[in-house]
Amino acid sequence: MPAIGREDVARLADLARIQLTDDEITRFAGEFDAIMDAVASVSEVASEDVPATSHPIPLTNVFRTDAVTRTLTQEEALSGAPDAQDGRFAVPQILGEE
Amino acid sequence: MAEQNDLIRLSAAAQADGLASGDFSSAELTAAHLDRIDAVDGDLNAFLHVSREEALEVARDVDARRAAGETLHRLAGVPIAVKDVVVTRGIPTTAGSKILEGWVPPYDATLVEKIRDARLPILGKTNMDEFAMGSSTESSAYGRTLNPWGEDRIPGGSGGGSAAAVAAFEAPLAIGTDTGGSIRQPAAMTGSVGVKPTYGSVSRYGLIAMASSLDQAGPCTRTVEDSALLHELIAGHDPKDSTSLRDPVAAFGEHARRRDVKGMRIGVIEELEGEGFAPEVRARFEESLALLEQAGAEIVRVACPNFRYALGAYYLIMPSEASSNLAKFDGMRFGQRIVPEGGATAEAVMKATRGAGFGAEVKRRILLGTYALSAGYYDAYYGSAQKVRTLVQRDFAAAFESVDVLASPTAPTGAFRFGENAEDPMAMYLNDVATIPANLAGVPGISLPSGLAEDGMPAGIQFLAPAFADHRLYEVGGALEALLEDSWGGPLLDKAPELKGGAK
Repeated sequence: MPAIGREDVARLADLARIQLTDDEITRFAGEFDAIMDAVASVSEVASEDVPATSHPIPLTNVFRTDAVTRTLTQEEALSGAPDAQDGRFAVPQILGEE
Repeated sequence: MAEQNDLIRLSAAAQADGLASGDFSSAELTAAHLDRIDAVDGDLNAFLHVSREEALEVARDVDARRAAGETLHRLAGVPIAVKDVVVTRGIPTTAGSKILEGWVPPYDATLVEKIRDARLPILGKTNMDEFAMGSSTESSAYGRTLNPWGEDRIPGGSGGGSAAAVAAFEAPLAIGTDTGGSIRQPAAMTGSVGVKPTYGSVSRYGLIAMASSLDQAGPCTRTVEDSALLHELIAGHDPKDSTSLRDPVAAFGEHARRRDVKGMRIGVIEELEGEGFAPEVRARFEESLALLEQAGAEIVRVACPNFRYALGAYYLIMPSEASSNLAKFDGMRFGQRIVPEGGATAEAVMKATRGAGFGAEVKRRILLGTYALSAGYYDAYYGSAQKVRTLVQRDFAAAFESVDVLASPTAPTGAFRFGENAEDPMAMYLNDVATIPANLAGVPGISLPSGLAEDGMPAGIQFLAPAFADHRLYEVGGALEALLEDSWGGPLLDKAPELKGGAK
């Protein structure tokens, strides 16, 4: 597997929408190779004939009846919002200048 | 004061009996625990929030109902602490993260609803590694929790606060969550008991998710029977959690009191007893097995060859799921919002909020998960990890064909010192080597104290049972606990040092 450098960490942080400091980028770039090497052993036994398991207990789809139940009120839903206006979440502008 | 001290040292079952027989009131009992928190939690820091007035109000209400002759739940009036990753209506909930500082949830987790319906006073919310990511509670944004057994020692993690709270007699009962060992490993570190139920036994609705296919809530207590009683209370099908099991909840308390292991076949997992496990941890484990054997259990060795890949699979699956689950903390609908100077777009606000709001371990796992899921690596990492999950399940299935329960030490060592593993992620991750396989396979596990190991720190023994056979954990756990306490002349926690205090 390829080495994970500073540029890779910066790109991952961008994808994950996390602002990192230069120090953090350096620190993570120094750690990730060792961590990924340690976990890469999984590919040793993951042969083609082994099916993947996504969930510990086998389940099929679960449906409920289409009945109205109590949900949060608008006021409750907005109670933890950093900003709200006219009964809605208020968010910063979505599009930039470019 | 001596009397109060006696009350808080009773098991939850004994506290319930005392309430039922009128020896003391819930108001007295709850006040005694709040006094204990006042006296010792300034240093211990097991609690992030203490809900004093609400707890006392519930306690007085229970007393009034009991006086009026109302039929109450067995645990009504017995106080409880709740890990801060579980949302509580009207009580601040942070998951140990700055990004949720000051958030007051508008709803209850289903398990909290059950606690409220049964009228257990909620003492407050317990400290934890940020978003339950860690094995030492050092990654909490609100300071570390001390281990009651030594102030320079970690209490385990992620649920170090819940384990320390019960071990320090601040609460007889606490709720934990276990994604890779976060209930069982802290129990082992603090000389207490913790149970990770079968996946789906307890509703996950209202748990702030880390890895949805691994997360499971369960009890943290001082005795096996108390865990059984709390498990009975919080278990059961929940339409709000589509992975919640429909099976009826067994009478776990009865199984805990049975104390009979004659003919029980206990399999020692060969891969989890040798290399990497401290000598005294292993010695206490062997002594526990010998006691069980003397009591009529049959001890056999079983091989689970794929367990050696479990840690790797876990540290791929868990960050992958976490990277997705934590995307909701974007500064838009709840929690902190950091706006860069001069105003900015939503995307820049998200980045700034997550950059400032998440700690190092959370960032590390989100980035690793993003990497493992990215195009070109998905098959090699996440895909392979899911196959290992199948192999680990097959190992369990094969082992449970010949044994009733499996056993191993809960963690490789006793409580280590603060900072010892904090700078080396892989060293920290190795703490979970024995607990992770259960989460990958969804099977239940219990940890209970096996004695004192290196440096006088407690060690834990873990039992694992097949999915849906949680009752076997209480059977073997209750039996071993009684045998060990006979040999010690009392509970292990009697040997814990007197807490010097430090007012909250």
